[in-house]
Amino acid sequence: MRSLGKYVIFMGSLFTRRETFSTYISLITQECINVGYNSLFIVGIVSIFMGAVTTIQTAFNLVNPFIPDYVISLVVRDMAILELSPTIIAIIFAGKVGSSIAGELGTMRITEQIDALEVMGINASSYLVLPKVIACVIMYPMLVILSIFLILLGGYLAGTLTGILTSVDYLYGIRYEFIAFNITFAVIKALVFSFLIASISSYKGFFTTGGSLEVGKASTSAVTNSCIAVLLADYALAQLLMG
Amino acid sequence: MIEINNISKSFKGKQILFDISGTFHKGKNNLIIGASGTGKSVLLKNIVGLINPDQGDVKYDNRSFINGSKQDRKQIRREIGMLFQGGALFDSKNIEENVKFPLDVLTDMPEDEKIDRVNFCLERVGLVNINKKMPSEISGGMKKRVGIARAIVNKPNYLFCDEPNSGLDPQTGIKIDNLIKEITAEYLITTIVVTHDMNSVIEMGDHIMFLLEGKKLWEGANDQITKSDLKELNDFVFATKLMKEMYLR
Repeated sequence: MRSLGKYVIFMGSLFTRRETFSTYISLITQECINVGYNSLFIVGIVSIFMGAVTTIQTAFNLVNPFIPDYVISLVVRDMAILELSPTIIAIIFAGKVGSSIAGELGTMRITEQIDALEVMGINASSYLVLPKVIACVIMYPMLVILSIFLILLGGYLAGTLTGILTSVDYLYGIRYEFIAFNITFAVIKALVFSFLIASISSYKGFFTTGGSLEVGKASTSAVTNSCIAVLLADYALAQLLMG
Repeated sequence: MIEINNISKSFKGKQILFDISGTFHKGKNNLIIGASGTGKSVLLKNIVGLINPDQGDVKYDNRSFINGSKQDRKQIRREIGMLFQGGALFDSKNIEENVKFPLDVLTDMPEDEKIDRVNFCLERVGLVNINKKMPSEISGGMKKRVGIARAIVNKPNYLFCDEPNSGLDPQTGIKIDNLIKEITAEYLITTIVVTHDMNSVIEMGDHIMFLLEGKKLWEGANDQITKSDLKELNDFVFATKLMKEMYLR
């Protein structure tokens, strides 16, 4: 409870004693490159392979000849939109971006760089953390949309190249009884997960004490706590929005 | 001038500072000395506002820092320059950006003026043609000098140095000490230096405060420190053979 209270106060401190708007614009742009652009490769690779594997495994399990082939791509589509892209990519995102945020802030803390900012009269939490949180909240939903597309592409390639289903069946399946709200749901999940990952990782890094060993521990703890928070939020959002 | 009145601080029930008061004078190198773990850095952090004391006040030219308004506190902070033990340079910025940083966030100065000021400060600390280097590419002594350049770039009224020559060879350490001494006199600023190095005390100390186990035991001028009858102070000052030979012979 004490940590939760400290986390809430920390979040509040992001919005006090802010710097000028132009300062944040340049910081947010830089962070968008760090958290978004630099995550494209890993998100792309993981998404394409998830799509391919999901297609092959779904086909392998659908042995009933009365079930049409297009159901395979329908299953891949719904899994991608509802769970694989927003949640599994969030775990990858926590591992890549969350650990990087915690490591960066932790190192800045133990080398007194955060103290240097505070001495200059700058609100270090607002200056360092707010741009990271905003950048994550902007970039992660975009990564999720890209990931959905790449999962479907990976599924298409695996399905058609191995002869599991035809191109026509695949495209018919991904359009069959499409529910537009599922995309909204995925974006809502992406917004919530990205906020949780960025804020928890920043919190863990910002309050690091000790030396390099503790920075490593803070990074690990940031990833672990972010993943747990993402999974809890995933359940809560599913219950709230789909239940 | 900086005055500290009855500063006390404890962490998790353990008292670190006991009711410390004192005055640090303008244009002088004011030293806080004492053995490791005696509370020097904690006192410095209380003075600059990185830690809030449990009781007491800090006054910058009669403006209360601890009990003053947010506006006063903000204004005082902008008049402070600080050199940290490890330099505390921002890893993601090059030397020029590091030194320019206070000007970027605290002033509306045009960019070309900022660059001129940065070059002036880097030259003042004896560094040229390193503007585009990253902090990881320069030595420990250079990092300290860049730290000093960053501390003075916004023309501070108060300069704080936490162990300025720790981890440096004696020659470089003396150069850093002399630089701080010169800058203090040149800009007539109030400088507080935390150190446990007796070389620094002899080289640059004008006014010295001695701490032991969180308590102020002695305060006085440089020429008095070797003549004190206080056993604890003498144990600290004459801990090395060199000091004994120089002063006790």
